[in-house]
Amino acid sequence: MYFLETEDVVKQFASHRALDKVSIRVPQGKIFGLLGPNGAGKTTLIRIINRITAPDSGKVYFNGRESQPDDIYRIGYLPEERGLYKKMKVGEQAIYLARLKGLTYMTARERLIKWFEKFDIMPWWNKKVEELSKGMQQKIQFVATVIHEPELLIFDEPFSGFDPINAELLKNEILALKEAGHTVIFSTHNMASVEEICDDIALINRSRVVLSGQVDDVRERYKTNNYTLHIKGTHGLLPEWCTVLSEKERNGVAEVRIHKENDISNSQLLTSLAEQCEIISFKEEIPSMNDVFIKVVSESNNQ
Amino acid sequence: MSKIGIVIKREYLNRVSKKSFIILTLLTPFLMVALVLVPLWLASIKGSDVRNIAIIDATGKYAPLFEDTDNYRFMQGDKSLEDYRIDFGEIYAVLNITDDLLANPKAATLYSDKQVPGELSRLINQTIRPRLENDKLATFDIPNLKEIIEESKVSFEVQTIKWGTDGTEQVSSAQVASIVGMIFTFIVYMFVMIYGAMVMSSVVEEKTSRIVEVMVSSVKPFDLMMGKIIGIGMVGLTQIFLWGILTMVLFMVGGIFFGASMGMDANALQQGMQMGAAPVATMTPGGEIFAMINSINIAEIAIFFVGFFIGGYMLYAAIFAAIGSAVDNAEDTSQFMMPITMLMVFALYAGIYSMDNPDGPLAFWCSMIPFTSPMVMMVRIPFDIPLWQTLLSLVILYASFIGLVWVSAKIYRVGILMYGKKPSFKEMAKWLKYK
Repeated sequence: MYFLETEDVVKQFASHRALDKVSIRVPQGKIFGLLGPNGAGKTTLIRIINRITAPDSGKVYFNGRESQPDDIYRIGYLPEERGLYKKMKVGEQAIYLARLKGLTYMTARERLIKWFEKFDIMPWWNKKVEELSKGMQQKIQFVATVIHEPELLIFDEPFSGFDPINAELLKNEILALKEAGHTVIFSTHNMASVEEICDDIALINRSRVVLSGQVDDVRERYKTNNYTLHIKGTHGLLPEWCTVLSEKERNGVAEVRIHKENDISNSQLLTSLAEQCEIISFKEEIPSMNDVFIKVVSESNNQ
Repeated sequence: MSKIGIVIKREYLNRVSKKSFIILTLLTPFLMVALVLVPLWLASIKGSDVRNIAIIDATGKYAPLFEDTDNYRFMQGDKSLEDYRIDFGEIYAVLNITDDLLANPKAATLYSDKQVPGELSRLINQTIRPRLENDKLATFDIPNLKEIIEESKVSFEVQTIKWGTDGTEQVSSAQVASIVGMIFTFIVYMFVMIYGAMVMSSVVEEKTSRIVEVMVSSVKPFDLMMGKIIGIGMVGLTQIFLWGILTMVLFMVGGIFFGASMGMDANALQQGMQMGAAPVATMTPGGEIFAMINSINIAEIAIFFVGFFIGGYMLYAAIFAAIGSAVDNAEDTSQFMMPITMLMVFALYAGIYSMDNPDGPLAFWCSMIPFTSPMVMMVRIPFDIPLWQTLLSLVILYASFIGLVWVSAKIYRVGILMYGKKPSFKEMAKWLKYK
C-alpha cells in the first residue's frame, strides 16, 4: 500500500521545465529519501505535494485517492528555506504555527511544552526568536512541523545547520516518528544519512526520476562485484572468473582486491578461495549511496 | 477559528501590543492638542514687565489719546529727545511727535535702544489713525459727514441656503463643507500611505525571514495575504479611533482648564480649536458655525467615510502586498512604489481641485475611478452630491477591489516563493497564468 503517489507530474515555469513526468511511490510507514542535485526539482515536487503550487498535469494521490485541499493538515512540512518571525516570542510563535495547523490553543500548548522539555528549550519560551542561536531555531521549527502529529512528514534538508549532537538527536526523533507509524519524506544531499535512515529512495536529476527503489536494492543493483580480502601468506592460482585488481603485503598479511564475474555467488568465491589460502577477512565492496548518486547523476547528465 | 481569523489575530495583536504603537497612539493626541493650544496659550500670556513709553508731543494733540495697557504705560516726556538718547533710564521707548501729523505724516518717530516690538508700533498706529481720520473728515467741512460715513459702512456676506427635498431650508457653508471634506481626505490619504506601506514591509519581512514557506504549507497564500491586510487595517482603525477619542477628551479637558484659567469665553475657544477654520470662525458668529456644521449630515458622512476608507485602504493594500511579495528586500520596492505614489498624489490633488467644483467633470470622473475615488469622494460627500453617484462610486470601488485582490493574490502566491531576482512588470503578468 502506498501512502503517497505522484503520477506523471509535470510543472512548467516560463522557460524551464521543473518536473517532467515525475512519478514516485512512498510506502506507508517508511522513510522515503528524495534525492537529487541542486535545482533538480525536488523542492517543486514537495511544494506540489503540499499543494503550495499546482502541477500543470499529472496527479497526486493520498492513500489511493486524489489529493484534496484538506490533505495539507495531514502533512507536516519543514522546508529548506525556513525561518521564524524574529520579533515574536518563541512560545507565542510556536502556538501560532500549531494553531494554523488546526490545533486548539490548549492542545497546542500542552504538546509544545512536552516537546520543548524533550528538546531542552523550555527556558527560551518567553525569549524573542532573534535572541536564539540557529540550532535552537531549527529545533523550534522541527517541533512546529510535527506538532499536529501528521501522517506524512516532509523534511527538506533537516540536518543543515545542526551540530553532530543535535543532528543525532534529530535523526533519532525521525526514526522514532517512523516507529510511531508516520510516513516520512526526506530530502537531502547527505548520502550517509540516507543509508542510515531511508528505506526507499527516488533520485531526481534534471526534472526526471532517474533511479528509484529500496535503498538496499539500489545499492545491490550498483554493486561492482569487487571484494577486499586479507589473507595469510600468498594465494595460489585463482579461478579464471576471478581477476586481481591490486595486491599489497604488510607483515605477512596480504590485502587483495579482486573482481569476480556476475554469475558466481559469494559462497562459490569463498569456497574456491578457502582452498587456496587462509582467509583473515572477506568483504564485498557495496557502493555507498554517495557512489551511486555520483554515478547515476553523471551518467544521466552525459546522456 | 478559521485560518484567516488566526492570521488577523496575530497581525493585530502583535502590532497593537508593540511599545512603539502604544506610545505613538497615546502621544500623538497630546501633540495635536498641544499644537493648537500651546500657541493660543503662549499668545495669551501677557508680558510680565510693564514698559514705559515717553511721549514728547510738540503739538499736544496726540499725547492724551494714549491709554495705558497691560504691557505699556504712556507718560509725558519730561526730558528732551537728546537727553533721552544719553540716558533712557526707566523708559523703554520714546515717541517723538514734532508736527501736526495730518499735514506732515512723517513727523512721528519712535526711538528705542532696543528692537521695537511690532505690537507697540501697531498700538501707536491704532491709537493715532482714528484721530487723523476724524481730523481729515473735519477738513471737508460737510455737516454730519461722520454719521454719513458710519451709515455707509455695510457689512455683507451672501447667505447660502440648501433646499432639502422635503422643502426644508438649511443654512449651508461651502467653506465648512470643504474643511470637513479636506480633513477626511487627508485622513484617507495618510492612512492608505502609512498602513499600505506597513502591509508591504510586513510581506517583505516574511519573505526575507524565510518564514513564508512554513506559513504557506499550512495557510493558503490568499488567506495569509487577506489576514495581513485586514489585521493591519484593523490596527489602523484602532489607532484612528483612539486618536479621535483621546483628542476630543483632551480638547475638552484642555478647554475647560484653558478657558477657566484664562477667562476666555467658549466662543473664542471654539475659534481657537478650529484653527484651520479660522476664516470661517472670524467671519461668522459661533452659533452660526454650529448651525452650518449641523447642516452637514454627519451620520451620512461618517457612514460613507468608513465605506470609502475601508475600500480605498483594501484596494491599495492589495497592491502593496503584491509589490512586497515580488521583491526580495525593502530597497527594491521603490521601482514599483513610484507609480502607486504618483497615483495617490494625483488622487489627493484631484480631491483638492474638486473642492472648488464638486459637481464638475474632474470631480465626477475621478470619483468613478477606484484609485482616486476614496479621496475625491471624501471631498464631495459633504457637498451633498446625488446619492446615485456616491453609491455607483462605492460599487465600482469594491468591485475593482475584489478584482485587484484576485490579481494580487496570484502575484503574491508566486512572488512570495520567488527569490533571487527582481521581477519586471511583464514577468509579474506571467505569474498570473501560473496554476
